[in-house]
Amino acid sequence: MLLIHCPYCDDTLPELEFAYAGEAHIARPADPSALTDEEWRDFLFIRTNARGPHYERWRHIGCGRLFNALRDTVSDRFLTTYKAGEARRPLTNEAAE
Amino acid sequence: MSRYRISGKGRVDHAAPVSFTFDGKTYRGLRGDTVASALLANGVHLMGRSFKYHRPRGAVTAGSEEPNALIGTSRGPGRFEPNTRATVQELRAGLVTESQNKWPSLSFDLGAVNDRAYMLFSAGFYYKTFMWPKSFWDKVYEPVIRGAAGLGRSPTEPDPDHYASRYLHTDVLIVGAGPAGIAAALAAAQSGADVTLVDENPEMGGSLLSDPGVAIDGRPAWDWIDAQLGRLRAAGVRLMTRTTAIGYYHQNMVGLCQRLTDHLDSPPKGAPRERMWRVRASQVVLAQGALEKPLVFDGNDRPGVMLAGAAQTYLHKYGVRVGDAPAVVTSHDSAWYAAFDLADSGAKVAAIIDTRATVRPDLLDAARQRGIEVLAGHTVTTTTGRLRVKSLRAAAVRGGTVSGGRTIPCDCLLMCGGWTPSLHLFSHTKGSLAWDADGGTFLPDRKTEAVEIAGAGRGLWGYDPVLADGAAAGLRALQGLGRAGHPAAFRVANDRPGTGTSHTELPTDGNPGKARAFVDFQNDVTAKDIRLAVREGMRSIEHVKRYTTNGMATDQGKMSNINGLMIAADALGKQPPQVGLTTFRPPYTPTSFGAFCGYLRGETFQLTRKTPIDPWAEANGAVFEPVAQWRRAWYFPKAGEDMHTAVLRECKATRASLGIFDASTLGKIEVAGPDAVEFMNRMYTNPWTKLQPGRCRYGLLLGEDGFIRDDGVIGRLSPDLFHVTTTTGGAARVLTMMEDYLQTEWPDLDVWLTSTTEQWATVALNGPNVLAMLKPLVQDVDWDDFPHMSCAECTVAGLPARLFRLSFTGEIGFEVNVPARHGLTLWETLMEAGKPFDICPYGTETMHVLRAEKGYIIVGQDTDGTVTPQDAGLDWAIGKAKKDFVGKRSLSRPDIVAKGRKQLVGLLTEDGSLLQEGAQIVLDPDQPKPMRMVGHVTSSYPSTMGHPIAMAVIEGGFDRMGETVFIPMPDGVRRARITSTVFYDPDNARLKA
Ligand SMILES: [Zn+2]
Repeated sequence: MLLIHCPYCDDTLPELEFAYAGEAHIARPADPSALTDEEWRDFLFIRTNARGPHYERWRHIGCGRLFNALRDTVSDRFLTTYKAGEARRPLTNEAAE
Repeated sequence: MSRYRISGKGRVDHAAPVSFTFDGKTYRGLRGDTVASALLANGVHLMGRSFKYHRPRGAVTAGSEEPNALIGTSRGPGRFEPNTRATVQELRAGLVTESQNKWPSLSFDLGAVNDRAYMLFSAGFYYKTFMWPKSFWDKVYEPVIRGAAGLGRSPTEPDPDHYASRYLHTDVLIVGAGPAGIAAALAAAQSGADVTLVDENPEMGGSLLSDPGVAIDGRPAWDWIDAQLGRLRAAGVRLMTRTTAIGYYHQNMVGLCQRLTDHLDSPPKGAPRERMWRVRASQVVLAQGALEKPLVFDGNDRPGVMLAGAAQTYLHKYGVRVGDAPAVVTSHDSAWYAAFDLADSGAKVAAIIDTRATVRPDLLDAARQRGIEVLAGHTVTTTTGRLRVKSLRAAAVRGGTVSGGRTIPCDCLLMCGGWTPSLHLFSHTKGSLAWDADGGTFLPDRKTEAVEIAGAGRGLWGYDPVLADGAAAGLRALQGLGRAGHPAAFRVANDRPGTGTSHTELPTDGNPGKARAFVDFQNDVTAKDIRLAVREGMRSIEHVKRYTTNGMATDQGKMSNINGLMIAADALGKQPPQVGLTTFRPPYTPTSFGAFCGYLRGETFQLTRKTPIDPWAEANGAVFEPVAQWRRAWYFPKAGEDMHTAVLRECKATRASLGIFDASTLGKIEVAGPDAVEFMNRMYTNPWTKLQPGRCRYGLLLGEDGFIRDDGVIGRLSPDLFHVTTTTGGAARVLTMMEDYLQTEWPDLDVWLTSTTEQWATVALNGPNVLAMLKPLVQDVDWDDFPHMSCAECTVAGLPARLFRLSFTGEIGFEVNVPARHGLTLWETLMEAGKPFDICPYGTETMHVLRAEKGYIIVGQDTDGTVTPQDAGLDWAIGKAKKDFVGKRSLSRPDIVAKGRKQLVGLLTEDGSLLQEGAQIVLDPDQPKPMRMVGHVTSSYPSTMGHPIAMAVIEGGFDRMGETVFIPMPDGVRRARITSTVFYDPDNARLKA
């Protein structure tokens, strides 16, 4: 079972308390009606499916907050977690756990 | 005294005899025996038959890696377990055991005819033999295979035992309490760290228990163990025996299965049988030791042929001599010590056959002193003996040529092909392995966790280096915690150092095509099978494994993987690491389902949510059904009523006068704040801006993909407060979805979301007499301005309430919400007040019939995640003027506006029969199969109108009104007419009354 750090609770807790919530940094378009069908399709369905570091969202069931994480999909290791709305953490910092 | 027991020897209690039965015959063992050691003490080597060829087999090991000696054990009624390893099961009074895979008896088995027909059962036989003719598959092959398949017999009754589970947080977890593990624990415990030492055996000490002649720091090995365990106990180290580390998971979580009662004569009442520990350790030390490899030669599987180290263990731990005239065949020094110990205990060692031409002089001297014949540079080419080995044939090997074969009589044959470090747990962590060409084995390489590997588990041999390595690993673990400690040193006397070489199958002067040289004993895989697999094109060890089943038995290849790899690599002309090693997966040893389930069975499998009104329903004879995690009253049968009769009575009573229904499970969410109306506009399809406080509206929630996710009536209690209801099963999902948008897409909105599902008890009242009954109980409501779809905060029956006027039945209806603690009071008050109107309590089934008659959908039943508002005929719920809401953009996607989508319609059967929910619909019942299915029935009920009704999704359904469709069923094809989904009061006249 993974240990995951909730940036809101500032506590590292067992995976049991968390739920995966899809790829991160895919903002809902401000005006969906301005998008072509292809652009909207991409927003809805097209995902990175990364092998390796992957930006994704998790929800801490305990406090109810959604946050961002950088997780390596090969090792299943969390490289970092940070609050929703914060800028994408650069990959070069991934080792700085 | 049993024939092969040595008086006073071993760690068994010679003063405590224990009786048990094996295949109906009673035997005597001693307290401290395993079933295997007790049988061996009685001269019984034959303990089972193999899986495929039904060859007679005996114990080949003395531990949990045993592939052969699998037995059925019974601990009383309902407590039968198949495939127990006789080498692990401790003896206890009255234990009943039986051998497996035999018919009619263990010594005479008809299935052994497979053994004669072994040419048919070679590698890949599953894929080849049963291919043709096709018609034979289900009539002949499958029944035969199914009859013969399986190890042992399954228990037939539910497991009456219970199982426990615990979490543990510890600084250092040490797996394996042999010399390396004990040394590591001593090092780690020195600065007050929380240390846990576990071992799968009943006693700690590991290999030292089988080497009592070794002395450490001036003490005999066994005294040294006792003293160190005492020190560890005094230092507060947690010592856990009979505890197997079954899996090593992320971030140093290790699963431990602790066996608590199987070894006890009479377990304490209520004691759990096993306990699963989920351990989170800051540092882990793996000191699991090494497993001895068999040698691969013709006849290496006869009862009486066993690992040399196992014989040494039976001798020293259990005081059992496995034979009077043992022979030894080895490629490693360690087996020489086994031969010496057996000779010193009175056995007449027939010969030591070493495959190596050159052997250490001190070993040769020690053999000479004992008068043991030594055949260096020799091989064993075959063995004889039907139910027990009688002789072997030894031959010299010179320059790859085998010659001068000679028969040597023996009553057991001890083999040793070297030792394989136990890397199973390390491999669970995806730690990488490095090939050690000299040792012919894999060693741990790159680590992914905070873990140390110590001792024989990383290829060391001899007590001196192993103890030092264990101490160093324990110290590194301590330093990993940021603590300091001192290095430790041990003085070892009478050490037993050793090296060896690795082999494929041993060379032979016989016909290699006829050799029955076993690699995987349990799955009956021979060296020839592995070479055949390579010849037939298998290149990767993973393919060889699956084609031959090598390593796929319950021992997970503990004995066979490396030998199989060496042979496959040889056949491919490659180095072993190029061929690869199969993946080790948890659990390390077979683990009971009960241990995994723990407390999660029966009533404690899952929580059951009950409403505040549940006690009344139970007291009044309700039949319940599970809905999500709730238990809900399904219907309330009166004496003699079946479900159909009860439901129709409840329906008619509601339509005629007054029905009452517990709707407390409805999901409820409060949406509050200055931006609440903006938030509602963005989330739901409907427009909310113009909805006045005191009014409510049906709300429809889509996913961003445009498909219906949830629905419910939503009341606006004040400009900045909405009382949202959701489906019973969707409450948590909807709140999560709302929170997601609020937190991440629209954090600028000033809105608070609160789940209030369990804070309100909700009672639905429906029927033409509801106003007459309810009005006198209500205060603070202006009835002149309280039409259908109104809501108010008021007082009902003296209780603070939120009152909704809405209908899910087509009759005039209300939902009364009161704080949950008043729910039962409200219900009882309403039941009393409803008496003059013959108030009728109804359950979920009647609720479904009444809503279906009106064409009200159930999200998740009439929709399935591919249904849009248009498909469901709910366009009217979409705020056309709204620029955006969740899912709006998708409603104009090409696929969504395309013709031919499945649309929700009503169905009436021509013969008045009831359709089955889920039944498939076709347009032409005479078309050839497979037919083109155009939709399916989503809801189907008997109704109050004298005929059943149904809803269905059908391609282009809205354009097919009045058409006939066909529903093929096993008993014939039904014809049905497509209709509107609204079967009852289409003009809503009854709602306006
Ligand atoms: Zn949190």
